[in-house]
Amino acid sequence: MKKYVWLAWLLITAGIAGFYGFKMFIDPDKQSLLVGEPTWGHHQIEMACTACHSEAFGGKDTLQNACINCHGAELEAAQDSHPRKKFTDPRNADRLDVLDARYCITCHIEHQQEHTRIMGVTLPDDYCYHCHQDISEERPSHQDLEFNSCASAGCHNYHDNRALYEDFLAANAMGEWLKNIREIPLPQAAAVGTASLDIQRFPRFSDKQQLHSQQHGEWLASSHAQAGVSCGACHSNDDGDWLDKPKLAQCETCHDKEAEGFLAGKHGMRLAQGLEAITPAEAKLPMKPLSRDTQHSCVACHSAHDFDTQRAAVAACLNCHDDTHSLAFEQSPHGKLAARAAAGELPPEQAVTCATCHMPRRPISAKVDAVLGVEHNQNMHLRPNEKMIRPICMQCHSLGFAIDALADKKLIDKNFAGRPAKHVPSIDWAVKREQTP
Amino acid sequence: MKNKPILAGALAIAAAGMIGCGEKQAGVDPKLYTDSLFAVMKADRTNYTKLIIQRLGPNGVNTIKPDEHWQDIDNGAPLPAQMFRAGAERVADMTDEFTYSLQSIWPVNKQNAPKTEMEKQGLQYVADNPGENFYGSEELGGVTYYTAVYPDVAVSEACISCHNEHKDSPKTDFKMGDVMGGVVIRVPLK
Repeated sequence: MKKYVWLAWLLITAGIAGFYGFKMFIDPDKQSLLVGEPTWGHHQIEMACTACHSEAFGGKDTLQNACINCHGAELEAAQDSHPRKKFTDPRNADRLDVLDARYCITCHIEHQQEHTRIMGVTLPDDYCYHCHQDISEERPSHQDLEFNSCASAGCHNYHDNRALYEDFLAANAMGEWLKNIREIPLPQAAAVGTASLDIQRFPRFSDKQQLHSQQHGEWLASSHAQAGVSCGACHSNDDGDWLDKPKLAQCETCHDKEAEGFLAGKHGMRLAQGLEAITPAEAKLPMKPLSRDTQHSCVACHSAHDFDTQRAAVAACLNCHDDTHSLAFEQSPHGKLAARAAAGELPPEQAVTCATCHMPRRPISAKVDAVLGVEHNQNMHLRPNEKMIRPICMQCHSLGFAIDALADKKLIDKNFAGRPAKHVPSIDWAVKREQTP
Repeated sequence: MKNKPILAGALAIAAAGMIGCGEKQAGVDPKLYTDSLFAVMKADRTNYTKLIIQRLGPNGVNTIKPDEHWQDIDNGAPLPAQMFRAGAERVADMTDEFTYSLQSIWPVNKQNAPKTEMEKQGLQYVADNPGENFYGSEELGGVTYYTAVYPDVAVSEACISCHNEHKDSPKTDFKMGDVMGGVVIRVPLK
């Protein structure tokens, strides 16, 4: 009898080990290995396990490398206030015992959706206390503040404080809430990029033009036609053969920077991991029922053939996004400017579209005369929303207005139709400290 | 120079790295090691100050703007102390065989105040004994370190005026030649 028990135990153990070994190393479907709901940041790529777990038994250094692979450049651009390198000095050993700030997963634990709060933080909100408990000694204004309010009241961020540090607050304390509507230069990166391309090398497919007169008509009015980018530039593969449905690889030929941003953001991150593109049905934000099954791609927003960037900057967004902020856009001051520009009443440079704030125009390099491209990584200027203050809000608004507006959830829901009901006192305190002898 | 005899003996053994069969493995004396590192750091910092900041900054041809918030201004350049810290952080990215930091008992940024007992002792020692270094050892996070502290002396008028006028500076009467802080170099003893 005893040997049958042992045999059964052996078989069951081997079966379990075999099942999980097969799942881990062979089967592409890893669903059964998931240990919990992923965060909103990563839910799209939960089935691309190796994006983070590049080694089956990799420790936290493996995970750290994965975090930096995707988020490192953004953290560097944000002049991260708490980079890993600030904590590797042995003098911080006692701090690391309490909170090991060398590793992203100390604060951002994955697969624990039930404990995850805003910004994917899984620590209690008073985490600043561990290193800054004596802050009121040098900042008496902070005497009665709770430590769970440091990062939640519009005053500080853990990583990105470019618009929130004291000297910047004091230097930008003054100014009307609304400056003159600025003319934001239009992007020209694609035009500059294609200028160096030998567009004559693409096959022309004249027969296709005649077969698809409607598409050809749309193309004639496009910037592609103006640049001489003919059918074959997009509708051909590497061998020069006709391609019915061009994909990202074809767009990338001329729009590599845009593609890079797209793949880094929420719209393209699944494609970046070799998964099927996201559809609105899989999104966590409210989406329009009619667009539920539209797979994301370049042409999902830009439409094939006419490539109308004006539509891509507003209508394409509202085609899918169904949250209160998006739904309030058209009646908002920003939306009205966009509508007037679309009607030709204002120059296009004065339009404030969804893209003006969420996919802004920016120099594509650090060179003084760098051309402007469009940042297609929507997350680059989204959360925490203070990331928008300097590159976006302050083009037209004062720092004080921008800080207050972005701290007012109800005003955000109304898409900034109105004035902030909240006031963040950080500028007042910075000025007061500056004036104190 | 302050040296602790017991510690010096221990370090000599650690540096020599006694191995099996009574053979000695060649090693570098930690003091020589940290002294040499400090010489490179000091030389680079002096060169950056003289060859870049003074030559190209407002006191020279005025084409760059040394500023605490150098990333926020056109043609901004890191202050020498910031350049020094940037070097320390870059080194930390490359190796954990040694670390270094710039600290002061009168720091502009409170995070740069001495923190461990050895740092407090060392920073006070180099401030009280101009021209001298401080050497010791300490255990941090279960690892024993050889810790050396070198004085950071005011060599340019810009250092003094910036610190004396900075709203976060706890000391406002620095003079040329004063010890303003110290460079702390740590080497893990394995």
